[in-house]
Amino acid sequence: MLNFSKIKVFIIYLLLILLSFFAFLNLQNENNLILDKKVNLGLDLQGGSYLLLEIDTNPIIKERTQDKVIPLKKLLVKNDIKYKNFTVKEKKITFSIKDDQIEKFEKLFFSKNNDNLINEYIDQYKAHQLDLTIDKNILTVNFSKYGILKINNAALKQSIEIVRRRIDDTGTKEPTILQRGDKRILVELPGIKDPERIKDLLGKTAKLNFRLVSDSSTEFGFEKLTSENGEELLISKRIIVSGDNLIDAQPRMDTQTNQPNVTFTLDRSGAQKFAKATSQNVGKRIAIVLDNKVISPPSIREPITGGQGNISGNFNFQEVTDLSLLLRSGALPTPINIVEERTVGPDLGEDSIKSGSMSLIVGFALVILFMFYKYKIFGLVANISLISNLLMLIGVLTLLEATLTLPGIAGIILTVGMAVDANVLIFERIKEELKTEKSIIHAFDIGYNKAKITVLDANITTLIAAIILYIFGSGPVKGFAITLGIGIITTLFSAYFLARHLTSIIVLKNKEGSINF
Amino acid sequence: MNKNFNFSKLFIKTNILSLTLFISSVLFISLKGLNYGIDFKGGTLIELKVPDTNITITDIRSSFNNLNLGDVNIKEFGEKNTYLIKIELTSEDSKNLIPELKKNINEKIQSEVIFRRVEKVGPKVSSELLQSGIIAIFLSLAAMLFYIWIRFEWQFSLGSIIALCHDVIITLGIFSFLSLEINLSIIAAVLTIVGYSMNDTVVIYDRIRENLSKFNRMSIDDISNLSVNETLSRTVITSITTLLALFSIFILGGEILKGFSFAMILGVIIGTYSSIFVASPILKYLKVTYKTMLKDDEKIVP
Repeated sequence: MLNFSKIKVFIIYLLLILLSFFAFLNLQNENNLILDKKVNLGLDLQGGSYLLLEIDTNPIIKERTQDKVIPLKKLLVKNDIKYKNFTVKEKKITFSIKDDQIEKFEKLFFSKNNDNLINEYIDQYKAHQLDLTIDKNILTVNFSKYGILKINNAALKQSIEIVRRRIDDTGTKEPTILQRGDKRILVELPGIKDPERIKDLLGKTAKLNFRLVSDSSTEFGFEKLTSENGEELLISKRIIVSGDNLIDAQPRMDTQTNQPNVTFTLDRSGAQKFAKATSQNVGKRIAIVLDNKVISPPSIREPITGGQGNISGNFNFQEVTDLSLLLRSGALPTPINIVEERTVGPDLGEDSIKSGSMSLIVGFALVILFMFYKYKIFGLVANISLISNLLMLIGVLTLLEATLTLPGIAGIILTVGMAVDANVLIFERIKEELKTEKSIIHAFDIGYNKAKITVLDANITTLIAAIILYIFGSGPVKGFAITLGIGIITTLFSAYFLARHLTSIIVLKNKEGSINF
Repeated sequence: MNKNFNFSKLFIKTNILSLTLFISSVLFISLKGLNYGIDFKGGTLIELKVPDTNITITDIRSSFNNLNLGDVNIKEFGEKNTYLIKIELTSEDSKNLIPELKKNINEKIQSEVIFRRVEKVGPKVSSELLQSGIIAIFLSLAAMLFYIWIRFEWQFSLGSIIALCHDVIITLGIFSFLSLEINLSIIAAVLTIVGYSMNDTVVIYDRIRENLSKFNRMSIDDISNLSVNETLSRTVITSITTLLALFSIFILGGEILKGFSFAMILGVIIGTYSSIFVASPILKYLKVTYKTMLKDDEKIVP
């Protein structure tokens, strides 16, 4: 165990130097980078916000169920199937048909042909979009598990895109936006000062549409909505133009009234529809509806044909900036809820870095002193291997550009405390062997050999715990699992290669003399 | 170090002690329960710093009395003038809670207020976090059981798991007894304790296995005793260095790491104790002899 080939020694020290080099990269000057790699600081150390968003697909599924009503009725009429008691409730459509027509309907409903416009067959899941339950002659139609999954996935993908656009638009630096599971979006905003504004922006669906205001209360197809100033208005359910037709929105200052407003531009088809509606309804009022609230109901003084208009209301400049940002980024397909939020201010982050590094330095110094006291010259070996271990651990973290969190620093300190274990196990074993073994070299050889399995077994158990923690942990705790896990690997390397090589130098020099522990 | 300490004489006494601690821990956990933090119960946590020393907890509390927040807990957190506010309100519709709270505090307290930390966990997420925490602990126990079963005989595997459960339950029992908060970092600590305690147990088991095949006339009691003695200085040294590191986190690492490092300190002490006084004597109860170590085909030979 004490023989090292030259090539082995070369590789051991090359690896050590290389990883130490990576560790020292963290000290480089920002303006003069040799290599752009460093350990990232977690949100708990540099300050920032972590948000977990969850999409709520209920409204969109209700909407899609509603969309099925007309095609379903058409299908029934076209095939001479008489239906009764047709009702839509939440996410279900129920109706009844005669017994002898059920089979015919089922065949049409579950047709796999492309002409089945009502119940799409999803190749990806080998299943239909809709389910049909038959209770005597009452039929219930609702979205199947896979139909819901498809809607959900599309909504999530689109939501991520819009969340990204909104965050980018606020000028946040280096945000992380990731999908988590099938309903959630993880957002990390390092160094952000005002998380409330972003939370506000993300919380709004921003569904915009233009609809006519009615004067008489008897008309069909109208709903009652309240405007910003408390006025109750009857608004047509027919949408003239929606936010989908918007290509741009910018905050402006009206030079005449000195009031900020939002100027928007519509695409070609939107502009045409808008022109037609405004020229037919001069004198009437048009409601600008955002998330089912009337933000302003201006009168149409003249036809608007250029596809440009502006939204004015009781806004301050910040509000029109945010509104135009929301309109530019488009509407979220579903409402979003913030289900978890963790924000750390920059001063706490700084304090945590200070106290974390302070405890690392003190813990490290204590362990080093103790090892010197306990093992003398071999304490030096253990300590050199401990320092190398720390450098390599930070080097690997840098190489992987891992994120260092406060619990991560705790993991490093803990690694320092536990890393000496491998050397202690070996040294204690050698001490035992020295009692019975005459040849020093032999005693060291046997000691290393016998301790090997124990060291391996003992470290694998901690590694298992670290891996499980990495899989199940979240945020800062993951950072702990990373440093603990990598720490075990660098510990094994430094004990079994580096410390062993250093030991072999000492032992081979003192072949005849006595070894003092 | 005295290498001939008679541990086996103590085994009966320590077994009674362990059993008593274990049962009282189970009772505490099941009757008094664990003090879950917002990670596992949901709610809002705010860390405030008020540089003006004239402001008291009462001032802070009265600043948002009119918000009707239900159960609110305010306490000093580490240094002076830093406060931790915990609000148990968990309804999902409290969307504007934090901005409203900020507005109230800023208005009522005519002084600079720094919001150092804001955490809000919804009820769904908190129950998921608790669930995954419990799964993680059980999974790590199962993984250890499996690993030791592969590397050793089943008696060792069972013995080490009993020792691990002993450590985890007593650590949590002490947390329950002292009403200390259980949060995500405590789960991390518990998992690390599982790893550390296993590490300690493996070292002793390794030696027991080696000695069993070396001295096949010795009783398991004597083998355990000898093995514990032989590995004792390593056990003590490693515990000392680990505790040195942990105490430096506990004292200097700041308020956030206090709970974590305290749990780890408890765990290292209990884990070291259990590998000597629980894991080793259990082998006797599981009827381990040198014959256990023989391969199955060797056992047939008379």
